Amino acid sequence: MQPALQLKHITKRFGRDVLANDDVSLDVYKGEVLAILGENGCGKTTLMNMVAGIYFPDAGSISIDGTEVVIRSPKDAFDHKIGMIHQHFKLVDIFTAAENVALGLKGKGGNDIKKVNAKVEEIARRYGFHIDPKKKIYDMSVSEKQTVEIIKVLYRGADILILDEPTAVLTLQEIRRLFEILRRMVADGKSVIIITHKLNEVMEVSDRVAVMRKGRLIDIVNTSETSEGALTDMMVGRKVNLNIARSEPVDPRPRIEVKGLNLSDAEGVRILKNVSFTARGGEILGIAGIAGSGQKELLECIAGLQKPQSGEIIFTNPKKNRPVTFFHKQLGQIRHMAAQGLFHDPDGNAVKLGGLSDKQVRQLVQDEKILFNDDEVMSLRDKTPLEIRDLGVKLSFVPEDRLGMGLVGSMGISDNMMLRSYRKGQGIFLERSKPKKLGEDIVRDLDVVTPSVRTPVRRLSGGNVQKVLVGREISSSPKVLMAAYPVRGLDINSSYTIYNLLNTQKEKGTAVIFVGEDLDVLMALCDRILVMNSGAVTGTVDGRTVQKEELGYLMTKTHTEGEND
Amino acid sequence: MQPRHTRLKEPLVHLTKRETPGFAASMLIRVAAFVLGMLVCGLVAFLLVGKLQKEPGRIWEFYNCFIKGSFSTERKLWSFLKNIAVLLCIALALTPAFRMRFWNIGAEGQTLMGVLAAIAVNFYLGGKYNPAVRWPEWSLLVLMLAAALLAGAVWGLIPALFKAVWNTNETLFTLMMNYVATFLVSYCLIKWVPSGSSSLGKLSSGKFPTVFTGLSKPAYSDYLVIILIVLAATALIYIYLNYTKHGYEISVVGESVRTARYVGISVKKVIIRTMIVSGLLCGLAGYLIGAGLDRSVTTDSVGGQGFTAIMVAWLAKFDPLMMILTAGVIIFLNQGADQISTSFEISGALPNVIIGIVLFFIIGSEFFINYKLNFRKREPKEAVR
Repeated sequence: MQPALQLKHITKRFGRDVLANDDVSLDVYKGEVLAILGENGCGKTTLMNMVAGIYFPDAGSISIDGTEVVIRSPKDAFDHKIGMIHQHFKLVDIFTAAENVALGLKGKGGNDIKKVNAKVEEIARRYGFHIDPKKKIYDMSVSEKQTVEIIKVLYRGADILILDEPTAVLTLQEIRRLFEILRRMVADGKSVIIITHKLNEVMEVSDRVAVMRKGRLIDIVNTSETSEGALTDMMVGRKVNLNIARSEPVDPRPRIEVKGLNLSDAEGVRILKNVSFTARGGEILGIAGIAGSGQKELLECIAGLQKPQSGEIIFTNPKKNRPVTFFHKQLGQIRHMAAQGLFHDPDGNAVKLGGLSDKQVRQLVQDEKILFNDDEVMSLRDKTPLEIRDLGVKLSFVPEDRLGMGLVGSMGISDNMMLRSYRKGQGIFLERSKPKKLGEDIVRDLDVVTPSVRTPVRRLSGGNVQKVLVGREISSSPKVLMAAYPVRGLDINSSYTIYNLLNTQKEKGTAVIFVGEDLDVLMALCDRILVMNSGAVTGTVDGRTVQKEELGYLMTKTHTEGEND
Repeated sequence: MQPRHTRLKEPLVHLTKRETPGFAASMLIRVAAFVLGMLVCGLVAFLLVGKLQKEPGRIWEFYNCFIKGSFSTERKLWSFLKNIAVLLCIALALTPAFRMRFWNIGAEGQTLMGVLAAIAVNFYLGGKYNPAVRWPEWSLLVLMLAAALLAGAVWGLIPALFKAVWNTNETLFTLMMNYVATFLVSYCLIKWVPSGSSSLGKLSSGKFPTVFTGLSKPAYSDYLVIILIVLAATALIYIYLNYTKHGYEISVVGESVRTARYVGISVKKVIIRTMIVSGLLCGLAGYLIGAGLDRSVTTDSVGGQGFTAIMVAWLAKFDPLMMILTAGVIIFLNQGADQISTSFEISGALPNVIIGIVLFFIIGSEFFINYKLNFRKREPKEAVR
């Protein structure tokens, strides 16, 4: 049988050192779904970008229906009936679906919007899309936008469709619907190529799988004749244990209590609606929900980056019977608290500091002779990140936007280590030696691949960037560690490194809050899972016993029954 | 279906991004661009200047003008160095703001305010002391300096406050402040020079003392003082930006305001503080112009250097040490162009055209530093069927 698309010995280099694709040959037939599977940076997207006319191969050839072709631009690709749906949508927000579809079609059926509307509806009927051609893009959900992208490609008569990580932004139900549509397309004689790194989706939707690793094609296998385990081994290049070691929480006690938190944005849209929950020390609390349900804002409220309109954020510092330190209390404060009778000495007697000189008090503190009677309870609401730090609250936050928020892309690892600590010390000059040491420690301990600690972190791969960020945040031995989508875009190995780091923190007694999107991971990692939908908590479940369906239901549930947790 | 056009041709050129352009390679590209720009200048001059067409041999004289413009006499060499110093001082002023991605294009006005303040102090107090007090001569210079610094800082602070509090667009704001400064100078001149000639003339008071004796002209001593002050400022700004906590905060805010907020840096405070630093340095430049060189003020005292300095800072990628070089190149071109207009008796825009062409090539070379051109390797004949 003649392949619909044939790649022969495709090679692509970036710069001198990066060999993105190395002699890749592969066939795609009519009426099949071919999955291209591989870890991040293995060259899947680069390969398909060459088919779609975005890059040009350094060597090798591309044939369509047995005829060799040259694809120099996306327009050439369309002329050869190849269409690619990119990970990041390329749509005009203020146009309708049909207008976006017609955009750029010079006199080829793009001028009469009524005809376009009709044809869009016809395509939608044929493959089972739900779409209103007259709806504006800014009114659409992510899934609807993706539908527009697919229709745009079909409208131009594409016979070969390439989808780059199409499920990354979709909910469980939306993924199911997309897969049904893909099956209808191949039944209609089209070829579908789907780029992904999710094994379960490969097993569910594809006919054949091409596995790539480090720019090379490892093998092409029939999906029915392989297993998730075999594919993983091919993808990673060695045996991988896919289990997360989840220990039982030891003595979990409330660390962060959030009560009735409400947040609205500048336009008055309610982002958080009466959110209440408790995160305990020694436990991983997962937060599940469709992207944009308020998870990010919730963490930012706790970190002091957003000002909620109402509600409480209470932090309990486990200080009972622990020595007071100068890390978060100044001499005057210690004297003041001693006068209130809040301290005791190692023998259990109340500490009285009246009559002692400053030097003597300092000595007592340094000798750890002044102990707290009770845990410290404090409100974090309306505090800036700096004020929270000055209260002595060791709160670490791994934000979703690593290079835009957590790190400075143009700075090296060592300068990024300073972000949290550069204020330390007197004087106007920076102290660079300790951050450099910390950076080198993290590079060594977490196997960060980088030419040096001075290389701008922007040039590192996603996984390495994340290791640097998480490494810094846990280096201060936090009492609370919040992580938003910490494994997004990471390959399997890096993901497991991050899970292990979170587990280690949990075992040290840290309260870990983990915002995740992969339900399987949430269920394997977390002790409890809080589910959010459009800014409200829809339920809190036990991570060990919950079923996936229940989580899926809670993620889309619209009504909340009063208080949760 | 067969596509209509199957042209089996690789594109003639395609671009790839260079991973890390090396220092030596990028300097080589810049030098090549400079040379190429100079060659094109010669060509353009040949096409436009009648004298050159009549006597093509004079093209060497044309190029020689660039050397002559800066190095032929002691006077030209001194003015070359002095001009670099003043331009560099304004570029240094812009650098902290630019590193913070605060696009301050108001250096012209901030510097002019420095000139105006220094001259105002001189105008009102110079030589008019109460004889009973008998302040020493240098106290006037100190007062002028203080006034210039204050004026520059205020002119920098105003847009910073608006940016920090109401998030106004700093580019437009600082640009508009230039005009306010210009008209303030006009107003003062009308007030100070009742005759209506609107030219203040050189004030006799407020001279720099002759610190360095033994130079062939007393004015060179003033030039040397200016050069030394600016060199010291260069070193200070370099240290401030690269080795202090303030400099680090500026870099973080410049890269990402969200990162700054995340680690608890008060963005407002950094914007305000940095613009005060920026304005202070503009004030210093204004003082050097007003007190050290002109001892007078006109609406054109800064002469567009506030805008040229933007280019100096950009070309050096906001590195204070590299700015010595870029300021040097620009002054070199300026003086060369002046020399050309004298030697060939051309007035009008040609000197500016020449400067523009060379700068165009230097700026354009950045593209070739960041990207590599890959030319088609195969012979087209083999590929077409």
